[in-house]
Amino acid sequence: MGKVVEIRWHGRGGQGAKTASLLLADAAFNTGKYIQGFPEYGPERMGAPITAYNRISDERLTIHSNIYEPDYVVVVDDTLITSVDVTAGLKEDGAIIINTTKSPEEVRPALKGYKGKVCTIDARTISVDTLGKYFPNTPMLGAVVKVSGVIDEKVFLNDMVESFKHKFAKKPEVVEGNVKALERSMQEVKGL
Amino acid sequence: MSKKELKTVSNTVTWKEITEGGIMPYAGNAHLFKTGDWRSMKPIWLQEKCKQCLLCFPVCPDSSILVNEEGAMTGIDFDHCKGCGVCAKVCPFKAIDFVEEGK
Amino acid sequence: MAIRERMSGNEAMAVAMKQINPDVVAAFPITPSTEVPQYFSTFVADGVVDTEFVAVESEHSALSACVGAQAAGGRAMTATSANGLALMWEILYIAACSRLPIVMACVNRTLSGPLNIHNDHSDSMGARDSGWIQLYSENNQEAYDNMLMANRIGEHPDVMLPVMVCQDGFITSHAIENLELLEDDKVKAFVGEYNPKEYLLNKENPISVGPLDLQAHCFEHKRQQAQAMMNAKKVILEVSAEFAKLTGRSYGLFEEYMTEDADVCMVVLNSTAGTAKYVVDQYRAAGKKVGLIKPRVFRPFPVDELTAALSKFKAIAVMDKADSFNAAGGPLFTEITSAMFGKGVVAPKVINYIYGLGGRDVRSGDLEIVFNKLLEIASTGKVDSVYNYLGVRE
Repeated sequence: MGKVVEIRWHGRGGQGAKTASLLLADAAFNTGKYIQGFPEYGPERMGAPITAYNRISDERLTIHSNIYEPDYVVVVDDTLITSVDVTAGLKEDGAIIINTTKSPEEVRPALKGYKGKVCTIDARTISVDTLGKYFPNTPMLGAVVKVSGVIDEKVFLNDMVESFKHKFAKKPEVVEGNVKALERSMQEVKGL
Repeated sequence: MSKKELKTVSNTVTWKEITEGGIMPYAGNAHLFKTGDWRSMKPIWLQEKCKQCLLCFPVCPDSSILVNEEGAMTGIDFDHCKGCGVCAKVCPFKAIDFVEEGK
Repeated sequence: MAIRERMSGNEAMAVAMKQINPDVVAAFPITPSTEVPQYFSTFVADGVVDTEFVAVESEHSALSACVGAQAAGGRAMTATSANGLALMWEILYIAACSRLPIVMACVNRTLSGPLNIHNDHSDSMGARDSGWIQLYSENNQEAYDNMLMANRIGEHPDVMLPVMVCQDGFITSHAIENLELLEDDKVKAFVGEYNPKEYLLNKENPISVGPLDLQAHCFEHKRQQAQAMMNAKKVILEVSAEFAKLTGRSYGLFEEYMTEDADVCMVVLNSTAGTAKYVVDQYRAAGKKVGLIKPRVFRPFPVDELTAALSKFKAIAVMDKADSFNAAGGPLFTEITSAMFGKGVVAPKVINYIYGLGGRDVRSGDLEIVFNKLLEIASTGKVDSVYNYLGVRE
């Protein structure tokens, strides 16, 4: 059995963590992988903490339970760090990727002694610079691909250009901004 | 309705012969179900008083008023008449008596 | 060539319905099956299907509309879950006894206790005696494939029964996974036209449907209905064999996974079977002879085949994602053990676990507890507890 990469997403209802997890699943699917992307549904409403999951593998996946020992954790909103146990079960040889203006060193003390890699990305600035508005999904996607190495970066970027062209067929002006957001997040993610 | 068809609604039909889901695939067979023996009162048509107004025909709940091709009432179908008495009640000419069955 | 895709279990079922292009779909939204008619209604709005979509005010009406449409001579489909299925109850029986091969996407959700929207099998298990064929699906691929085969099975002249295709709510219905789709033209050719012998809109031969059916005839109709369910087994295998030729994906009455030389076996439905396969792989890697049987067809219940397959194990755990509240095991357990007893298969020790109720996540570690217990029973020959609950806080 090949290596299965397991990713857990933390976000708030309405921020698009579920959508981001599905985007990652899509991107991995497009490079020929077997994927799972699923949210954990609860009583969430706008603003409430939510969880979503990805499994990415070279072989067919049969397991259908939630992920308790992820390789990577993605935190779409750094205010969750104090209210949610974001590093629960996170593998020490994995990494946590946090959307924040802070540096990894500044964030680490809040992570309950997690010894693995801590990466940060300022998705807000990148998003506002490239897209003109705060859409954290695209920069977070770029950061998680960069940190996890789960998809070949060049293949990923080429694929996403096509994917954005298709997705934004009626708004071609936003394609370039989204591609830029991916490129910048892959360059700017800290703590690698 | 053929004999074979009749068999499918009879009380001797087996589960292998009965129609699927109890559908009735043969239209126009209500006359096969005789309801005349439900009757305890009986209408008697008095031909000499009848003016052929045919008010009895539309009120009969069981199409038991027999009418010929010329549109004239010719009598009562006792195979199906349940003895409700509506025809006797509605007749303006007292041309239908309503009496106990067997008298 | 098959189409490589990724989508959720709900979308997979809706896409199957699109490719089948039924005459009528009538449905009322209920979590977690809502997306099925939701996706389908967009297909209707986009004009990619010819279906008459009937938006109704309840599930009772949804299935009633399907009964009317199917009796009229059309192909009717619906989707529901849990309390929606419960509200259909009366009509479930009417559809089956009237021999109307309606197809339903049943996205399994717990039948209230108290309010819960998550997965277990209490909804479809409760409907097990309503006369519907029931097919269970491990993942989105199986949900799609079972939907494509459902019409062919139900509409076969020897069967003429409604079919319920079940998959786990949220766990597979809302999870994006890989699957292979068939091309539209291949589905069309495989599913074919629905040509009932008798139907209401046939002006050449008018019929009556749903008559008063009293002491003199009702029993004969029930016996005939029972025969149709018996006949369904052969038809399911024939249709599945034809489907395998078309797609390369083989389906039987149940799937056997690593059972050939297994000492112990777990019997489990739907998505948990996938998680159990993962655990079986790990145990096999450690040299432990464990196997898995995943029933696909629960109605008709494959008595002969299942008891024959189970006869060779030393210990068996039957997993129920529904409680019968009979103080004596879940529905799958009682059916399997009574089938084994009836067929004289009494050597294996059989235990029952009720698990995952109300959407409680089923972890690989939970299933390890079951396999460990089975291996212990196989070596000692002793069963300390027949009826068990797995994953509940004690």
